[in-house]
Amino acid sequence: MSDLEIFRAEARAWLEANCPPSMRGDAPNAADEGAEVVWGGRRATYENPEAELWLDRMAGRGWTAPTWPKQYGGGELSADEARVLSQEIARIKARPPLFSFGLWMLGPVLLEYGNEAQKREHLPKIARGEIRWCQGYSEPGAGSDLASLRTRCEDKGDHFLINGQKIWTSYADQADWIFCLVRTDTTKKHEGISFILFDMASPGVEARPIKLISGSSPFCETFFTDVKVPKENLVGRLNGGWDIAKRLLQYERQNISSGGFGGGAGVELEEVAKRYAGEAAGRIADPDLRVRVAAHRMEARAFALTVRRLEEDAKAKKGPSPAVSIIKYEAAKLNQDRCELMIEAMGLRGLGWEGDGFAPAEISATRSWLRSKGNSIEGGTSEVNLNVVAKRVLGLLDHQ
Amino acid sequence: MTSALNEEQILLRDSARDWVREKSPVSAFRKLRDSGDVDGFERAAWREMCELGWSGILIPEEFGGSGLGYRTLGLVLEETGRTLTASPLLSNAIAATGLLLGGNAEQRQHWWPKLADGSAIGTLAADEGAHHAPERIALAAAKTGSGYTLNGEKRFVPEGGTADLIVVAARTGGSAGDEHGLTLFLVEGNASGLSRRPLKTVDSRGAADLAFRNVELPGSAVLGSAGDGFALLDGILDRARACLAAEMLGAATQSFETTLDYLKSRVQFGQAIGTFQALQHRAAKMYTDLELTRSCVEAALDGLDRNVNDVPALCSLAKARAGELWHLVSNEMVQMHGGIGMTDAHDAGLYLKRARVAEALYGNAAFHRDRYATLMGY
Repeated sequence: MSDLEIFRAEARAWLEANCPPSMRGDAPNAADEGAEVVWGGRRATYENPEAELWLDRMAGRGWTAPTWPKQYGGGELSADEARVLSQEIARIKARPPLFSFGLWMLGPVLLEYGNEAQKREHLPKIARGEIRWCQGYSEPGAGSDLASLRTRCEDKGDHFLINGQKIWTSYADQADWIFCLVRTDTTKKHEGISFILFDMASPGVEARPIKLISGSSPFCETFFTDVKVPKENLVGRLNGGWDIAKRLLQYERQNISSGGFGGGAGVELEEVAKRYAGEAAGRIADPDLRVRVAAHRMEARAFALTVRRLEEDAKAKKGPSPAVSIIKYEAAKLNQDRCELMIEAMGLRGLGWEGDGFAPAEISATRSWLRSKGNSIEGGTSEVNLNVVAKRVLGLLDHQ
Repeated sequence: MTSALNEEQILLRDSARDWVREKSPVSAFRKLRDSGDVDGFERAAWREMCELGWSGILIPEEFGGSGLGYRTLGLVLEETGRTLTASPLLSNAIAATGLLLGGNAEQRQHWWPKLADGSAIGTLAADEGAHHAPERIALAAAKTGSGYTLNGEKRFVPEGGTADLIVVAARTGGSAGDEHGLTLFLVEGNASGLSRRPLKTVDSRGAADLAFRNVELPGSAVLGSAGDGFALLDGILDRARACLAAEMLGAATQSFETTLDYLKSRVQFGQAIGTFQALQHRAAKMYTDLELTRSCVEAALDGLDRNVNDVPALCSLAKARAGELWHLVSNEMVQMHGGIGMTDAHDAGLYLKRARVAEALYGNAAFHRDRYATLMGY
């Protein structure tokens, strides 16, 4: 038996023995409101005690962050072992023990750009789910043109002083710490940005939730008024934050993509189409809808195959390639198409807002459809992602 | 999951790339077209391809081939597709596949060495109308003593004018529209009663219509078993679809790259037209489609080599996507080149013409969407 097969056997046995029964089955969709998803953090609450147990066991093994070094709370697995582990996790349908911007975005960037003290301080707490992070990127005047951000960070000798406003900060009202882009030089654009970390409990931080067209949302407006931040919280060099910011966006887009938006959890489109629009001889009775469902499902298959292929590439090259921008673009398009087809198949039953007149799955379809409109805006608009592909992958130049 | 290429595959792909660049650029295809040749391919070039071992990629070593499989053949077809190389490579491989899936020892012994060394050209004759519809096959095979008599027609048969071995799908029972009652036969190109009419199709390849008038075949000409040949035919067609998709992927990639070069070099309003966002976004979307299609084609070919159980769905996915991809990219190739793309002197038209024929062969996207939905149970 090869070393990898030995690892597989061990992983399989450990997962079988340690994954609690209620942590198996179709993963909840993190974007679904009210879905039982573990985000960890200082204020974490567990309706299901097995969710906490599962997190503790996986974190104890280092498998919340399988490829990170052991000294930082990871499992120090090779790329091949990590792939085997994810296959074994999928085999028993074990749910992710932890949803975390720290794991997906900040961690990989700290491993690359953080100093030793920062890695030792933050990575183990991320891996154990002790600290929940949020992302301070967009501002009211800096959306697609992110580098025009204005949140001011001044050097006050023994500390930094931060003043400004962020927007679309996911879960800012529940996060413990923030990784934040700030302006440290007002005379330059990209070269005047720094990447800094601070505690959301610091005096002067305020987060206000934003209500979306879908009824609610994880997003907040976040205000900073004379927030004092220790100097050692700067990641990388002063005014050198833009490269780190872009790197983190690659991880964010890669992560959005491998999970996909919506993820296809729960009811399948073709079953909904059969149930609501009729079935004839085992087929969706409406031939036009049937063809469009098939076209969508085929594109989703092509997408899943591509995500896997690019992941293999990324492992071989040790990092995401700019081509992940096509994945973010495509993931958004696919989920929007899926949501549109879902409510179309349901007819007016797919356009309920609330109340007893509609089944919960119907309300959920409506809300998911509305929420999906943000998929092509958040994490870089589809237009910005196409710009990235045109410039960085295809080598087309900027218009003069 | 697609496995990484091994050294042998990389070597073969690189040698194919070199050969195509040196011996078979698009200008070679253009020259062939302008010569009015009815075979639809250059004999000398095909001989070289056989000498390089490409005709034997699917054929086991003991029969003169290399037995390297579908993914490997796909790599070569991608390279030949890039320059629109016209050759029997694909049709020949489809005939070899027929023997792999349904041939007995005697049939293999007789045909495989000839298909491998190029002394015989093989092809598949399935469709009888303008649209791919394998269940609608009507060509009649009547049982006569120990053999069969074939009467009917096959249309648009690739390499139909030159093939020495034609795998013919015929009806020994049931009626057009039924899946049961099909039987596959190995028919020699010079069979008495078989007449062939070469067609001038828009892609200038070697397609022909075949007419069977009392073609007498011995019982030993049956490929597989008589009466239930649909599954065998479907298996052969799936391999044809995946391999053709590889050729189309190569051609679409070249169509895209040629267009991208033009976007970078053509200057209007004082700058390269590729700096305009309207064109940048269309190029980026085409690139996205290319990457998605590549994943599907590689997964289908790899699935065939590893004999995974959803091969039919993967092959339909690959063929549908390759068709839609090249359709889009060939249209954009003409549009983004502007007036020059409309001229016969430019290659864009050659890609556009081949794109539509390849799209229709073995089922267009509409055919495969319907098939995919049926396979998936809706």
